[in-house]
Amino acid sequence: MNNDTTMKPHGVPIGVRRTIAYIVLIFFSFLCLIWFYILLINSTRSHSEMTLGFTVLPSKYLMKNWTSLVTGTIPIARGFINSLIVSACTAVLCSYFSAMTAYAINTYQFKGRAAIATFILAIMMIPGQVTALGFLRLIVRLGMDDSIVPLIIPAIASPVTYFYLKQYMESNLPLSLVEAARIDGSGEFRTFNTIILPLIKPAISVQMIFAFVGSWNNYFTPALILHTDVKKTLPVMIAQLRGADWLRFDMGQIYIMIAASIFPVIVIYLILSKYIVGGMAAGAVKG
Amino acid sequence: MGNQKSKGNNNVVKFNRWGYIFLIPFFVTYLIFSFIPLCSTIYNSFFENYRSGLKQIGPNFVGIQNYVTLLGSPEIWKYLVNTLIMWVGGFIPQITIALLLAYWFSDPSLRLKGQRFFKTVIYMPNLIMASAFSMLFFALFSDSGPVNQILLALHVIKEPYKFFQYVIASRVLVMLMNFLMWFGNTTILLMAGMLGIDSSLYEAAQVDGATASQVFFKITMPILRPIFVYVLITSLIGGLQMFDVPQILTNGRGNPTDSLTTVIMLLNRYLTSKDVGRGGALSVFMFIVTGILSLIVFRINSTREKN
Repeated sequence: MNNDTTMKPHGVPIGVRRTIAYIVLIFFSFLCLIWFYILLINSTRSHSEMTLGFTVLPSKYLMKNWTSLVTGTIPIARGFINSLIVSACTAVLCSYFSAMTAYAINTYQFKGRAAIATFILAIMMIPGQVTALGFLRLIVRLGMDDSIVPLIIPAIASPVTYFYLKQYMESNLPLSLVEAARIDGSGEFRTFNTIILPLIKPAISVQMIFAFVGSWNNYFTPALILHTDVKKTLPVMIAQLRGADWLRFDMGQIYIMIAASIFPVIVIYLILSKYIVGGMAAGAVKG
Repeated sequence: MGNQKSKGNNNVVKFNRWGYIFLIPFFVTYLIFSFIPLCSTIYNSFFENYRSGLKQIGPNFVGIQNYVTLLGSPEIWKYLVNTLIMWVGGFIPQITIALLLAYWFSDPSLRLKGQRFFKTVIYMPNLIMASAFSMLFFALFSDSGPVNQILLALHVIKEPYKFFQYVIASRVLVMLMNFLMWFGNTTILLMAGMLGIDSSLYEAAQVDGATASQVFFKITMPILRPIFVYVLITSLIGGLQMFDVPQILTNGRGNPTDSLTTVIMLLNRYLTSKDVGRGGALSVFMFIVTGILSLIVFRINSTREKN
């Protein structure tokens, strides 16, 4: 259909435009990657090596930096485990209950359905920070201060995840299926768990990844709630690093700690990027 | 068959009750962890309640005094301007580059190779922990950090450039990070919108001999307008919440000369120093501002819902 060599009647020839596009794309890809490349290189170098200048090739201190970080004063291993627990629980609760909410709105024709759907849509963009003050006071009163529980439970009500899943259900979930399940005598709750959830698995997994990453990276709330060192999550520990006396620190340890909190997410992302980038767009295309 | 069908219809009302049951977890959680906190925040904003040294002041009812103090002080406006400057500085390159890349990605006549690779790379910074990313930038741009070392080695500069002592340099770093974290995301959003445009429009334009830039400004842009507005407002809401990057880059101080302090950093100061009244007033102020903005997003979303 489109001929490669056709020149447009006016304007720049296609070959030139393509070359410009590649140059710009390569430039911005470079701009995205260079920081992580330096991070990777510097994680493998010792503090004294780093004071001498930057090298393009890695050195051999990766494991040594790692051991001195793990045996150092920051309980990094605990931070890792805490972050993992919080993020995994958040991801599961958030996607399961958002799917349940989306299913309720999508499937049943109950009274006030439209009003409830509108309400959730309206509260979707309100940021958590504006209710943080009341949230903190409530947490203290409930005796959940300095605990990871209040970082997990609120994920049950996630309007954004609900919105994506509802969009997905609208175009991918035939209601006749629910009818069929009813005729077969399946209870509503069982239908949801055993028939609906497997059907929307692609959308659920994408939302789980987003919920996991969002929780893994979250800094504002954990910093206000967690006070004991061994309960802190990774972002809070990293922020503490910044507060410490910078010049006295072993730079190798700092780089390896940043690397340890960034690279797990990058690895997950590279493995699943096809679904993440696609899923990201899927929610947006509708309409 | 007919018998079964009518039985199903009779049961519809009974089944529809399950809609409410399935909504319980969401609404109970929302009520406890968002709605009650919101009410308590508004309530507390009318009280004087803070610590002065070892002495606890209040809580005493003071009416709208907290709002008068907050909005009357130059502090909040300065921080709002800081936040907006850093947001605009990141957003303008973000939307420009995103538009350009999305246009190229979705242009069938260009047939770019390696699209998946480029999309994967430019979206990646969006998933990076903002606190770790700012810590990384602080290390990279510190006086003896790799960026200065590289610039010295290339003889671009004669002595280390102290990035974090200059207002402009520090702000540009925040803008750069915001740009890097969000331009890939915006590209994918815009691209999804562009791929939805009827290709016969492009073909017709091509037949009529339109240039690439004519097609872009006369066809793509007008159709993309709703998504464009959506991206703008959601980005503004996100920008007003700017916290992690400047907080960690400046260790919470917002230096140099308080020019990196954002509104949420001020809120964070009130929250950590337990100044409940003023923190409450600031929260309500931000709630109203973001509430108005989200109303616009809500409008866009509900028209998109209808289509």
